Amino acid sequence: MSLLEVTALRAFYGDFQAIFGVDLNVEEGECIAIIGANGAGKSTLLRSILGLHRQRTSAQLSFAGREITALAASEVSKLGMSLVPEGRRLFSSLNVVENLEIGRSAGRSGYWTVERVYELFPALRELARRPVTKLSGGQQQMVAVGRALMTNPKLLLCDEISLGLAPIVVRSMYESFKQVRVQGAAMIVVEQDISQALAVADRIYCLREGAVVLSGDAKSLTRNDIAEAYFGLGAHG
Amino acid sequence: MSTTDVISLLIQGVLLGGLYALFATGLSLVFGVMRLVNLAHGDFIVVAAYAGLSVLLVLPIHPFLALAIVVPVMALFGYLLQLGLFNRVLGTDPFRPLLVTFGISVIIQNVLLLTFSADTRRLSAGAIETQSVAVGPISIGVYPIAVFAVALLVTAALQWLLYATPLGRQLRATSDDPEIVGIVGVERLRIFAIASAIAFGVIAIAGVLMAVRTNFDPSIGPGRLLVAFEAVIIGGLGSFWGTLIGAMVLSLAQSVGAAIDPAYQNIAGHLVFVLVLLLRPSGLFPRVIHS
Repeated sequence: MSLLEVTALRAFYGDFQAIFGVDLNVEEGECIAIIGANGAGKSTLLRSILGLHRQRTSAQLSFAGREITALAASEVSKLGMSLVPEGRRLFSSLNVVENLEIGRSAGRSGYWTVERVYELFPALRELARRPVTKLSGGQQQMVAVGRALMTNPKLLLCDEISLGLAPIVVRSMYESFKQVRVQGAAMIVVEQDISQALAVADRIYCLREGAVVLSGDAKSLTRNDIAEAYFGLGAHG
Repeated sequence: MSTTDVISLLIQGVLLGGLYALFATGLSLVFGVMRLVNLAHGDFIVVAAYAGLSVLLVLPIHPFLALAIVVPVMALFGYLLQLGLFNRVLGTDPFRPLLVTFGISVIIQNVLLLTFSADTRRLSAGAIETQSVAVGPISIGVYPIAVFAVALLVTAALQWLLYATPLGRQLRATSDDPEIVGIVGVERLRIFAIASAIAFGVIAIAGVLMAVRTNFDPSIGPGRLLVAFEAVIIGGLGSFWGTLIGAMVLSLAQSVGAAIDPAYQNIAGHLVFVLVLLLRPSGLFPRVIHS
């Protein structure tokens, strides 16, 4: 049985349908990438899976062997799913270490502790007592990843973590994910950068206008296949 | 007016701020954590006063001991009210909680009127009400000092809770981003209920201590709400120490106004409130929970 099984997921904003019957599954320890242009429905898909977006229906939405359609995000996170949200969305009145420690609210013990997060992102150790509003974008992203890791997730969802960050910071962030995967967590990475997605993921799902238009093994898909699906036309040059 | 009189006036004014701070702290907490403007806040203070009265009618104990019953009962009531009602009306439309709490205010006043009549009541705390300590030529009431000490304790305790405990972290995080706290396992609606329980616990203390200091009847809730609002706004939203200082500024202004002419007591307080709004719209100490 897959760690996450999503069948015929549809999501709405009022009368507007944003996701059209998406099927998706993630195996234990696997990393999948969801790619697509702006407005393709990538973030809505992640939010719907986690339960942050509740206006959705599905034939099946199960995680770690449990049906989670009716559960709120707080309950899903206690089962072992966490999110690094788009725009980071750190708790602005909490300092760095408080933002990390609040991840313990999920009540899950495991490999990830504040000390282990500092080992993963050594820069955070010296910034522990600093307000997160005083950090650079890259440092804030480290805190956002650290906060999610502190819930000791079985499945980590990352929503456009490269957005607004310098390429060197993005590379270091993806480098750190290797350590996350060594500890056994599966990942869903939402990316607009096709190269980055191909480099990190085992499998790729390409989303266009709320539907999966291409999926497959990252090694077997060519950039042309992806570009065609991504933009809805053939790639030339 | 002699120098002694002026100093005495200022001390009385500052000490009254303790009671005002107790009125305001619950309002500050509830607004800070869940953006709920509770228009029935003052009426709940009056409910606590009547709850104290009811306890004393059944048990011949000191009003301060009655707090041991009224505080947990009010806290539980606040928890259940939040879960059962307020959580359902919180959302993107700010008018829904305003309308609901306004309705509750009207209901409370009428139920209290039917149950206890319009007669003014007061709780007797015995000798402490009239005892005073002499500091040189100035005489200071023991009861106002005691109430001020309680306000200091409550403020320090809440500040500690908010900034030095895991629960406080969850309260602040929920205030910052009530949606995203879910991804770390924090149940937003449960946190709201806990914040409400704490606020109602403070309301209970405020109500009973007020009932010993002044006469009360079912209609005085809106007046307490106004005091609480002004103290919170003067101090700066979300900061408990700011609320305490805001309450002291307000009570000091009222005392000075009353010394000039008793008719100026309330207007002096309102004047300071308007001045602060004009000059420092975020309050004197805007260290807000939400930034």
